Amino acid sequence: MASSAKKLKDQVGLTGNSAVALAMKQINPDVCPAYPITPSTAVIETFSDYFANGEVDTEFITVESEHSAMSACVGASAAGARVMTATSSQGLALMWEVLYIASGMRFPIVMATVNRALSSPINIHCDHSDSMGARDSGWIQIYSETVQEAYDNMFQAIRIAEDKRVLTPAMVCMDGFITSHAIENLTLATDAEVKGFVGDYTPEHSLLDTDNPVTMGAMTMPDSYMNFKFEQSNAIAGAKEVVVEIGKEYGKLTGREYGLLDCYNLEDADVAIVVLSSAAGTTKAAVDELRKEGKKVGVLRPRLYRPFPHQEIAEALKGIGAVCVLDRADSMSGFGGPLFTDIRSALYGIENAPLVMGRIFGLGGRDFNVANAKEVFEETFKALEAGKIEKTTGYITI
Amino acid sequence: MEGYTEVRWHGRAQQGVVTAAKLLGETALFEGKFVQAFPEFGPERMGAPVKAFNRISDDPIKIHCQVTNPRIVLIVDPTLIGITLAGGMETSSGVSDGATDGAVFIVNTSDPVAEVRKALDVSDDKKVYTVDASTIAMDTLGRHIPNTPMLGALAKVTGIVDFESLLKNFKDNYGKKFGEKVTAANVSAMERGFKEVGE
Repeated sequence: MASSAKKLKDQVGLTGNSAVALAMKQINPDVCPAYPITPSTAVIETFSDYFANGEVDTEFITVESEHSAMSACVGASAAGARVMTATSSQGLALMWEVLYIASGMRFPIVMATVNRALSSPINIHCDHSDSMGARDSGWIQIYSETVQEAYDNMFQAIRIAEDKRVLTPAMVCMDGFITSHAIENLTLATDAEVKGFVGDYTPEHSLLDTDNPVTMGAMTMPDSYMNFKFEQSNAIAGAKEVVVEIGKEYGKLTGREYGLLDCYNLEDADVAIVVLSSAAGTTKAAVDELRKEGKKVGVLRPRLYRPFPHQEIAEALKGIGAVCVLDRADSMSGFGGPLFTDIRSALYGIENAPLVMGRIFGLGGRDFNVANAKEVFEETFKALEAGKIEKTTGYITI
Repeated sequence: MEGYTEVRWHGRAQQGVVTAAKLLGETALFEGKFVQAFPEFGPERMGAPVKAFNRISDDPIKIHCQVTNPRIVLIVDPTLIGITLAGGMETSSGVSDGATDGAVFIVNTSDPVAEVRKALDVSDDKKVYTVDASTIAMDTLGRHIPNTPMLGALAKVTGIVDFESLLKNFKDNYGKKFGEKVTAANVSAMERGFKEVGE
């Protein structure tokens, strides 16, 4: 007890939203255009307090919609500013066309995405339908398991997005309510540490730099459009290495190192679950219980989802007998969720590929508990024993 | 869950249930524990049933699901006892659902414990305590926000957090926000909850 008290002496208790807002304050971006929406509202509310109290130098722009919020992000980024915002659900959906403009113009905007279900029916609770819909928009996507990780990911996202090899916008995702409204222990970085880590932003080009005039957002014809996309595609694919580099550097600074994947008891596992964000923690607790019974189970949690670390995932899952991929979103394709199809595709053609099945869980905040995770492991074991998958895709807890 | 103390709060919107869970979590963290404090929001309207949860542990907490098997249940609004809303919604489950063997119930009521136990319909291994937190809140705060007396009662009955830590956390972190008068009223509410809870 005494030692744990000592260890935790410097910890604070914050919700995910408060922690992300604090990270934004410490980053002190040049511009923050925002339109609040549940469950990310408190990020913007708290940040607007910092602004009102003069604790940030940010130009805080209240706009009339999320479409305008992201448009203002694009404009500010074109002017050469470091830009941040936050949104959820319908808000992200309304940003749609502008997300592609931000990534196509290679603006390193960083956005906190607090995951929430999409209408209809209307629901304010967590699932990943919102950010999964943006998975092909050319934004880097990092998914956070805990409050600590959501906080830490914000700083790393700035560095990753602004890296000259990347120059691509990034969203840091955390689970609505489950993480955004939960108070958890976390260790903060000092303002000086953050300042040193994120550094100053020097844009490659700025519309305000009249000595070096450039054209941005110009019309392109078939002779050039595809070349832009080719370069963008290479840049985001290359972001993977930068994510690893920055994760290591952050580890040196804070003692908390981050990689592409979070592998939990995978090395000798017969069966594994692949799942994003907070549900991975719950699944790890199920692993702890099943390991005590001698069952060789593990969890793979992709931290980086876009770009998709397909080789690393294939390497991590190679030799495991059977895998169940849990998706907190449905593709409405009749063939499971987006993570499932990506994982299955990453495993196709490799030697010793596991059997792969996919299950949809947790839509609109449906609880996913340790018992649910154990049931999934049990079903996956059955597939392994039978040597085949009875039902490739489906729903659980329905 | 093994290794965790899990707490479930039942109340209605505007009774300070979410804040109570927050204060409990912060106090336990202040005492060197790993904590979680999180609400379950339903429809956002005054009087709607609200649940909030805590996990308190000596080890890092991995799980991120609802508390379904609480060892401690705090019922801030006794009108929620015995109510099961239509449709079998998760938000409307009974206040005693899933409570562990030997679970502690602390109920805000002026009714005798025997009647409350009967209304709760729980097995003999469960411990039931009552405190008239509404009256305490009206006496001290002048408003029906019975959350802080419930925290005082919780510290007394379970010892899950030290009473002095509870007061210190409140004074240190909320003294400035609430001002001297409201802070003193809440401290007095916690003290009365601590003294007046009975079984």
